[in-house]
Amino acid sequence: MRFSNSLGHTVVAAAFGASLALAATVPARAQSELLNVSYDPTRELYKDINAAFAEDWKAKTGETITVRAAHGGSGAQARTVIDGIPADVVTLGIPSDIDAIARISKKISPDWRTKLPNEGLPYTSTVVFLVRKGNPKGVKDWGDLVKPDVKVITPNPKTSAGGRWNFLAAWGYAYEQNNKDVEKANAFVGQLYKQVPVLDTGARGSTVTFAQRGLGDVLPTWENEAYLVFDEFGRDKFDIVIPPTSIYAEPPVALVDANVDKKGTRKQAEAYLQFLYTDQAQAIFAKHHYRPLKREAAKKEDLALLPEIKLFKIEDLQGSWDDIQKKNFDNGGLFDQLGKAGR
Amino acid sequence: MSEAIAPADFPAAEASLRPPASVVTETGWVRWTLIAVAVAFLALFLVLPLVTVFAQAFAKGIGAYLAAFSEPDAHAAIKLTLITAAIAVPFNLVFGVTAAWAIAKFQFWGRDLLVTLIDLPFSVSPVVSGLIYVLVFGSQGLLGPWLIEHDIQIIFAVPGIVLATIFVTFPFVARQLIPLMQEQGTVEEEAALTLGATGWHAFRTVTLPNIRWGLLYAVLLCNARAMGEFGAVSVVSGHIRGLTNTLPLHVEILYNEYNFVASFAVASLLAGLALVTLVIKSVLEWRYADDIAAGARRH
Amino acid sequence: MATPSPRPKRRFRQPSVIPGFGLTLGYTLTVLSLVVLLPLAALVVRASGLGISGIWDVATDPRVASALRVSFGVSLLAALTASFFGSIVAWVLTRYDFPGRRIIDAVVDLPFALPTAVAGIALASLYAPNGLVGEQLAKVGIEAAYTPVGIFIAMVFIGLPFAVRTVQPLISEIDKEVEEASAILGSTRLGTLTKVVLPPLIPAVLTGFALAFARGVGEYGSIIFIAGNLPYVSEIAPLLIVIKLSEFDYAGACAIATIMLAISFTVLLAINLIQAWSRRRFGYV
Repeated sequence: MRFSNSLGHTVVAAAFGASLALAATVPARAQSELLNVSYDPTRELYKDINAAFAEDWKAKTGETITVRAAHGGSGAQARTVIDGIPADVVTLGIPSDIDAIARISKKISPDWRTKLPNEGLPYTSTVVFLVRKGNPKGVKDWGDLVKPDVKVITPNPKTSAGGRWNFLAAWGYAYEQNNKDVEKANAFVGQLYKQVPVLDTGARGSTVTFAQRGLGDVLPTWENEAYLVFDEFGRDKFDIVIPPTSIYAEPPVALVDANVDKKGTRKQAEAYLQFLYTDQAQAIFAKHHYRPLKREAAKKEDLALLPEIKLFKIEDLQGSWDDIQKKNFDNGGLFDQLGKAGR
Repeated sequence: MSEAIAPADFPAAEASLRPPASVVTETGWVRWTLIAVAVAFLALFLVLPLVTVFAQAFAKGIGAYLAAFSEPDAHAAIKLTLITAAIAVPFNLVFGVTAAWAIAKFQFWGRDLLVTLIDLPFSVSPVVSGLIYVLVFGSQGLLGPWLIEHDIQIIFAVPGIVLATIFVTFPFVARQLIPLMQEQGTVEEEAALTLGATGWHAFRTVTLPNIRWGLLYAVLLCNARAMGEFGAVSVVSGHIRGLTNTLPLHVEILYNEYNFVASFAVASLLAGLALVTLVIKSVLEWRYADDIAAGARRH
Repeated sequence: MATPSPRPKRRFRQPSVIPGFGLTLGYTLTVLSLVVLLPLAALVVRASGLGISGIWDVATDPRVASALRVSFGVSLLAALTASFFGSIVAWVLTRYDFPGRRIIDAVVDLPFALPTAVAGIALASLYAPNGLVGEQLAKVGIEAAYTPVGIFIAMVFIGLPFAVRTVQPLISEIDKEVEEASAILGSTRLGTLTKVVLPPLIPAVLTGFALAFARGVGEYGSIIFIAGNLPYVSEIAPLLIVIKLSEFDYAGACAIATIMLAISFTVLLAINLIQAWSRRRFGYV
């Protein structure tokens, strides 16, 4: 067996190869590559958008551009931007996550809301209910979620933007329902979270738990996510219930100034964000069941699935986003207190 | 430590030497109950999950299975996983051999402490393993400002993934080789040196042949772990599609896209790797038990 | 172990004709420091910014305390289970011959080689209420997935190889003549087992237990898919670190990580003590 000698060479060659490979992996960053750091449910959406933008950009400038995407819980994604992922743009699930990047890392300008139309919201969404076929528990409105035998699946509001919208939507409903009584609204949300058997870290995890694993009776979730379940798991297993009132959910987009200036991609990144407001992109949003800013750009059959319901803005009830985040989700906030009181 | 050979390795010899069975073994029904318990336990906890992976992967036929590997993202994940292992494993191989040489061939103060420190990554939570690199190389970390200034990307890029992988597989080679080289002592190397060999020559012609099977064994396990690491890599990856997703992360992504068949298909690739690892490992153990570890068959 | 020779007085290392000590030890220490010690030090430095009282505050926060309790409590149970069944498996694999023994022997290392994320999705789909095993368990009123039971299952899976492989070599080293002597002197088989065979195995069982415990406490990949991740019920400490990071609470994440690191050290120390004791008591590791 000649193994010994060749092994000796292998060791040397491997060590040499390792250093070579290390040298080779220093990322060569072409100018025509953008990174969009996004939240969990937009995977399918940005596949379409990114392809459409690349085509559009090629036609306009002749430059080939690749838009890469990273998806995860909105908070976790904001954390990676703070820790230095070279994102050109962020498209997150809730304004407070972009505020956090601006505050902690200063990579986004604090007045990011003013840089794009509609406070950086090319589309909005809302929270609807996904229930089992035939709606056996008779869930019609937010109040039905706290009926004794109803089990609710919702993600952790600490890590998931969708989880936070669900939380705020339930709170807002109870607040309006009880003549703006904060204590009663808090108690309602407290009862709701007692009926949650599984608290996943992201909206996607919750959907898998509900749809694939068969747990729970109702899944309050992003409107787009509910329709996606329809398409992926079949309409014969679930029903979508649209409650009479729900929340005006705001998933904003912003430019990461520090990164685009360093990478020299500001022009492309700004064009990308502007592209989100074009008729072409707006139609794609509607196709994926997000509520487009320009309804007239969308196809009729897509709009038919996005009925006009009474939507309330949480800022109107609780004030600024700094306050909303602090009051509800920061350490020692309402969500933390619920757990302590409940168990 | 005395050399121990499992009796079952020599069934024929064992049969003739065996004293009256009832004296040194349990009665039949106890024996079969214990065997049944052990087999049932392993089947339930280990074999069933493995079977599930393949069953789910092929749930919608071979076409759907193969489709999972035609995606560019899947190719990128396979490539990144191979690159990561191709750097991390040789790195730990060189480190392990060097450390084992220093520790096994010499007596010095603080040796036991050094062994404990090399062992440390083994008992650190994978999440903590990722976190520490964020704390060093992240924008908010110790070296963050310096790295930004010099435009060097460590975490959320290949170097960070490689570092986290090196950390979690750090003890594998050293741990395997230290007891082996200690048991082999220094007599043969001393003889080679007396006959005029240089240190490097003695290492290559004497030490390396002695530890080759143990080394291969360690590299095998190190590689399996390097390709399969999830927690630590997940913290430092950033999950950029087609760029910083390794195979285990790709499994999670597909799973979260309701693409269960594809998810289990990619998982089955990793499970297949695990099976190949186990087969080679078992063959090594059966044929070269004494060359792999000090004493027989110890990890 | 090499035979310990008498230590010379106040000398860093014993003389030897083998070359390369400076080079290899230097390289070892450099790499160890860069890859392991410095990053870990960064964690400790970051956490020490909080002070002992700050870490204590984090540790006693009800949600953190409960996550630590889940991690340690369930891991303890899982390590006990893994050790109990692992010892039986080790005994069966070394002492008995039966068809398929070698295959089963190889299977024991599966959790070692199988990526944790793969194990996680496989376990989740098996033990979910509509899964193969979960369905049967549901019939007898046991909810496995998305409860602490799920965490327990994943931790047993992870810990089993350690429990088996630390005990196995010692069983094969047992001198059968001692058992014969015990039997000839009139002891029953049970008596021989409990008084002669088992006591020397205790250190190995403890070591395996400690390793399985340490792995269980730190485990992340296989658990998050099956745990349910419900605060105060089925949320594990490593997940809470990830959650704290998502909340931009670096101090909290570091504090939990430091507590877990301290536990890792303690477990390693305990293993070393067990082995030292075993060397004194039984003359081998």
